[in-house]
Formats: sequence, C-alpha cells, structure tokens
Amino acid sequence: MTFTLDAALAARRFDVSLSLAPGETVAVLGPNGAGKSTLLSVISGLLRPDTGRAEVNGRVLFELGPGVHTWTAPHRRGTALLAQDPLLFPHLSALENVAFGPRSAGMPKREARESARHWLAEVDAADLADRRPGELSGGQAQRVAAARALAVDPEVLLLDEPLSALDIHAAPLLRRLLKRVLAGRRAIIVTHDVLDAYMLADRVIVMEEGRITEDGPTREVLRRPRSRFAAGLAGLNLVSGTVTSAGIRTAGGLEFAGQHDAPLVAGQAGVAAFPPSAVSVFLGEAHGSPRNSFRVTVTDLEPHGDQIRVRAGELSADVTPAASADLGLAPGLDVYFVVKAAAVSIYPS
Amino acid sequence: MYTGIPRWVAAIAAVGALFVLLPLAAMLGRVNWPQFIPLITSESSLTALGLSLRTAAASTVLCVLFGVPLALVLARGDFPGQRLLRSFVLLPLVLPPVVGGIALLYAFGRQGLLGQSLGIAGLQIAFTTTAVILAQTFVALPFLVVSLEGALRSAGSRYESVAATLGARPTTVLRRVTLPLVLPGLASGAVLSFARSLGEFGATLTFAGSLPGVTRTLPLEIYLQRETDADAAVALSLLLVVVAVVVVGLSYRGPAPAGSGGRSARTGTPGRVPA
Repeated sequence: MTFTLDAALAARRFDVSLSLAPGETVAVLGPNGAGKSTLLSVISGLLRPDTGRAEVNGRVLFELGPGVHTWTAPHRRGTALLAQDPLLFPHLSALENVAFGPRSAGMPKREARESARHWLAEVDAADLADRRPGELSGGQAQRVAAARALAVDPEVLLLDEPLSALDIHAAPLLRRLLKRVLAGRRAIIVTHDVLDAYMLADRVIVMEEGRITEDGPTREVLRRPRSRFAAGLAGLNLVSGTVTSAGIRTAGGLEFAGQHDAPLVAGQAGVAAFPPSAVSVFLGEAHGSPRNSFRVTVTDLEPHGDQIRVRAGELSADVTPAASADLGLAPGLDVYFVVKAAAVSIYPS
Repeated sequence: MYTGIPRWVAAIAAVGALFVLLPLAAMLGRVNWPQFIPLITSESSLTALGLSLRTAAASTVLCVLFGVPLALVLARGDFPGQRLLRSFVLLPLVLPPVVGGIALLYAFGRQGLLGQSLGIAGLQIAFTTTAVILAQTFVALPFLVVSLEGALRSAGSRYESVAATLGARPTTVLRRVTLPLVLPGLASGAVLSFARSLGEFGATLTFAGSLPGVTRTLPLEIYLQRETDADAAVALSLLLVVVAVVVVGLSYRGPAPAGSGGRSARTGTPGRVPA
C-alpha cells in the first residue's frame, strides 16, 4: 500500500527515487530550479520521464525503460494537483468547480454537488458555493481549489507551493486548514517555507540540482541539516569537513571544536552546525581559547528581527545594532568570528 | 487614463479609418433613395439574399465543425509537419479566390479527383448550392482557425492540466473546460467566417457558377446588376454592408482587454479584503 517512484529525465537533469507510506505527508524543499515542480509533473503524468517506474497501491503509473512502456494517462492516476495559482475554472461557480472531479469520475450531478458542498464546508467555504472564481479573494480561491483537489479523494495529493501566492493574512489560515485536511492523507507538498514543512509534513526531502540530497523526519533534518540548503532553512551555519580528534577540519584548514552525542570516527566526513546567534564578532584576535575563532571579511549586513545579521561568505553572525555600530561593521571589513564550542554540534554527514 | 499613443500615430490612424469609410460614404451618396425599397425587395434580390444567408450559415457550421479540431491540433498538438499544416490551412487567406475555385473544380468537378467517383455515386457537386457552400467554407475556414488558435494559445493549457489531474478524460476536458474558456474566440471566429462567406465571390463564380436561386448569391447578383442597372447594384451593395455591419457589430467583440474575464482569482481586484 505504498507509493514508489523512480524517475530520470535527462533534459532536466532530474533523477529521483522516492517512496511514501500510506497517510504520509512529505515536504519537498529546495532552491529554485532544483526540480521540485518537475517531480510533481512526473508523478501527475503531465511530464514523461525518460526512464523509471512509479506505482501506487500496486497500480503502475508508468514504467519506461528498454523494452517496457507502460503509461497511465493523467486522468487515471488519482493524483490531484493543487498549484500556487488556484486555477479555478473561471466559467464555473465554486460549487461546480469542486463538483468537477466527482462528475468526471461519473458521479451523477446531484451526488457530485452534495459531495462538493461537503468539501466546501470542510475548507470553511460553504458560503462561497455560488460565487464565480472572479468574485473570490486569493485566499478564498485557494481554499476552493483545495476542496476541489480533495473532492476526488486522490491517492496522492500533490501541492505545488500552495501558499506562496497568498498574502500574509490569508496564508496562516490556509496552512491551518491544510494541516487539518492533510492529516492521515498521502501528500507531497513542494514549498519554500520551512514553516510548511514543520506544520504540514512528517518527512522532509531536500532537492538540489534534480536530485534528493536529504531525506528524513522533519525535525531531524532541520535540527541536523547535512545540506547547505537545509541549514539555511533551519537558520544554522553549516561547515563541512573531515572529523578529527578535536572536531571538524574544513578543506580550508579551519578547525571547529564542538559537541557530539554519537562517537565520531576520525577521518570520516562530517559537518559542524551552529546558530548565528552563538557567533560573536570581534575586531581583534580573540582572547582565551584559540579554537573556533576565524578571521573573515564582512560581505553583507542585513536586518534580522531586532538584530543585525553579519554575513561573511557562507558564515553569519547575529549582533545587536548597538554592537554593530560600536564595531563600525561594514562590508569589506576584516573581523573575527568566535563561536563557543558548546554551541557547535558536530555530526557525520 | 494614459494611453501612450503619440499624436502622429492617431493622425495616421484617422487617415486609415477615412480610407475605409470614404468609399462607403461615396456609395451611400449614390443610392437612389426613392427606389431603394423596391430595388432591394425585387424577387431576384430577395432570392439572392436568402441564398446568401442560407449558404453562409451552412458554411459557418462547416467551418466550426472542421475548424475547431484543426485549431486544437495546431495550438495544442506537437507533431512533425505541424507548421506545414498550418501554412496550408491558412493558404486560402492569401490565395486569389478564383484560384480556390479552380482548385475546387479539379477536386469536386465532374472530371475532378473526387468528382468522378462522386458522379458514379450519383452525386453532382459543381454548379449546385452545395458547391456554393464548399467554396465559401474553403475561403472562410482560415478565419475561424486563426482566431480560435490565437484564443487557445493565449488561454494556455494550465486549466486543462488541472482538469486532467482531477480525473477528467480528454473529451470531458474539451467539453467542460477548453471550449467554454475559448468560447469568445470561437464566437468571433465564427462571425468572421460568416462575414467572409457572405462576401465570397470569385471561388463561388468559378466553382458554382451563377444560376439564379441555386448559386447566384448576393455578391454575384450585385456584379451582374452593375452591368444593367447601377441603381440596383448600389442598393444591394448597401444591403450587404448593412447585413455585414449588423452581424459583425452584434457578435464580434474583438480581443478582450487583458486581465478581464477573471481568468485567475489571484489577479482579482486589488484591495479586496482577503479571507
């Protein structure tokens, strides 16, 4: 009763292998152009991979390879798609939009409408039933679109950044609603927002350049990111290198001492992760422990909550605006970043 | 509202509009008003008008029947020879209608490619009302295809993709999503086809001849009357202009302004309270 996918598409440098248990919701994170939308298009049958195989509950969605050519048309896949743009059919009322899927499946008009009413109520949009899509706000339209996707009871619900087109007032409401309706439902949600991953998903996948670079429980991936992208999402500095007796040594020769809960084997690949808030900034060579002190050049300063985030290449530090002014921080200035070893977690990558 | 149209552009546009309107006004000036009603209600005139309206309606139906699938295949399909097919479908737009008539004659005429087999089956097409309809369809089809293909392209296929993932078979998608979305484009294409059919002359004369009541449509009638009775020709011309203006004016709305029609709720009125 699982969903499995293996697919490669050379033209998009896409090569992904993935499986989902029943009722599991997976968040797909990754930079632009990483292949997240390609993944959804391949699953829904809008895009044909070169080779691969996908199966849901024992039913083959596609099997393409030398000598094998099985292809299930998109409308027979049971993979409803909820995109960033609600794409409600403009000539149909909200109710008829939601009833579209059930009716296409052969349900009589009346039953389909009843089912549509149920799903509209489910997304708190019962009062919008008779409206035309042009008369709905962005948030309302996306709720109706969610009802429309749910009404076909998809085997896999595909969500392509469903919240990113909404304004800051509409997004939290829909996020809460998705949390409710996605519970116990198999879904893949492509998102830019780490909050979506936290709230909606059981598992996180990070995609970079058409491949999956991380895959694990949401908490685990965000607590101990192994990819720079996931570290960025989790708001952590991430330094990769080789495990030494003291901690991590980077390719550039920097040494990071830190904490680790599992015993580490010297010589294996590992990463050191630490939050920018644990980094102090000094103009001169640090006093005390010589470890975890690095000479860096400030590249950017930007507001970050009530702090100033000081970026130096791939590392960053948070300082108060007062401290920033005292130090006279500006891009191009050479400073020292100092991290307490207690704030650095080291784990194998 | 700022339009961004330079004055000299507007001036040239005015000249262009005059160029179209002036000949019509000149014709209007030559109408024999006291005799106008008797001239256009003469038996031959009414017969020609009736034939024109019936054949134009029939050829519009044929244009829709064949033009919709052609436009769909050209706009959404992806196959070798697609550009070539488009060029051939659009050819009658630039072909002199007489040439079209000759070509039709060699296809459906008594000695023609299909005409011989049709003749054996007892079907005679050339110089019948059917020939009028075929000639009109031949020249009017590209108007429907061009206008509908444009509508299909600008509508994009995203709604169709969503409909398919919701479990709709391609035929259901076509019936419940694609066609309703491009209905304005289809309607204006059909109107253009009707208007073109109504004005068809060269291909009709070549392929169908000019038999009163059978193939002599209004344009042919006007041409014949011009030789003998200029007043009648002018009156009938005015009649044809009025019919064309009424048909086009009533149903052809032109391209919709960008952003209208609520294509996506996201592009809804700014400032509306979000929910």
